Amino acid sequence: MCLAIPALVKSIDGYQAEVEIGGVSRRASIQLTPEVRVGEYVLLHTGYAISVIDAEEAEETLNLLREISEAS
Amino acid sequence: MKFIDEYRQPELAKKLVDRIHLRSKKPVRLMEFCGGHTVSIFKYGIRQLLPDTIEMLSGPGCPVCVTANADLDKAIALAQLPDVIIISFGDMIRVPGSYSSLQKAKAEGCDVRVVYSVLDAIQIARENPDKSVIFIGIGFETTAPTIAAGVLQAEQEKIDNFYILPLHKLCPPIMKSILDLGEVRLNGIVCPGHVSTIIGSYPYRFLAEDYDIACVVSGFEPLDILLCIEMLVEQIENEDYKVEIAYRRGVKPEGNPQAISLMENVFEVGNADWRGIGVVTESGLKLKDKYEKYDAEKNFEINPGPVREAKGCLCGSILRGVSIPLDCTLFRRTCTPEHPVGPCMVSSEGTCATYYHYGDDDGG
Repeated sequence: MCLAIPALVKSIDGYQAEVEIGGVSRRASIQLTPEVRVGEYVLLHTGYAISVIDAEEAEETLNLLREISEAS
Repeated sequence: MKFIDEYRQPELAKKLVDRIHLRSKKPVRLMEFCGGHTVSIFKYGIRQLLPDTIEMLSGPGCPVCVTANADLDKAIALAQLPDVIIISFGDMIRVPGSYSSLQKAKAEGCDVRVVYSVLDAIQIARENPDKSVIFIGIGFETTAPTIAAGVLQAEQEKIDNFYILPLHKLCPPIMKSILDLGEVRLNGIVCPGHVSTIIGSYPYRFLAEDYDIACVVSGFEPLDILLCIEMLVEQIENEDYKVEIAYRRGVKPEGNPQAISLMENVFEVGNADWRGIGVVTESGLKLKDKYEKYDAEKNFEINPGPVREAKGCLCGSILRGVSIPLDCTLFRRTCTPEHPVGPCMVSSEGTCATYYHYGDDDGG
């Protein structure tokens, strides 16, 4: 039930945003993530963006995975 | 899809699995708390990839599953009142209570509707001013801030026919409760991903500090989970217990302060009744007095009758990590996803449903 999926923020109007998930658009509330900007990804849970995905951390995790892969 | 596909690369997964095999010496028992993790672990066959030294247990992290019959009976009794619309998240309506289910109540003429978001429930309240619209508020810390936002929106718009049956539950207190019961010995916990998006990683520190349990917050893709298990194994082999995050793109140590603030504005910590465990102090969320006009329990008189539990159903001990679905004589015989006896077979992330769909007879 705690499922949350990455969604791209396309436009913002107050606490409402238009987001895109795999090519499909829908409305989402950004009341829990007012700092989000257009072009960023959020984790969408029951119609609310619950966090802004940290793209730098995402890349660092992938780098870590590649390092582990090369070390073994 | 971005932020998903990158974490499903088979060649990186294979290297991680090799590393786990190389590093894991001690026999360990790890619990994935979250039902979403249970599904990912089974769906991607992760149990079969792990060395024999690692035993994985499923925990109580499915809000539908842990809702006690007593609370479910209240929801059904509310549905039977005149001029009431009951609103619920999907799986909940199929869970059998002591005598009925919300689905049966609907078949008998009660107005029971399924929504995706609390925002949909508020819309139904707007469209039905002559009805009382009661939202069954289940979920952990991931969902509670959205319900808090919904209550505040109802207040702002002066919607006075919208109510919550507050059944929200908190993860860290129930982890403590399960450990204190002493029925299962754990070496590490795969901490829930999206609960931690909200609360951060600090609330788990007591597990490492007081119980010597390794804790790593995980995402839901196969590489996320394998990285989490690798980090848990590393902590346990080094006897260096701490809380780490393997899901840094989605979880900050401090969580989401805006969401926490909304949640704390609307709710206060109270007791909660957990299926299979009973009432655990300070393990749930109740509406604060200033929002009691939205509290269905305080605004409607119901008499749900004495609570009954389904005979032979092991959901309670499965949720505590003491039993697995294969221990249950009802599993796959009288209890199936089409005709569920207990909630762990109803919910799409219930342990029994996951074993049913993905498991084989040796348990994984």
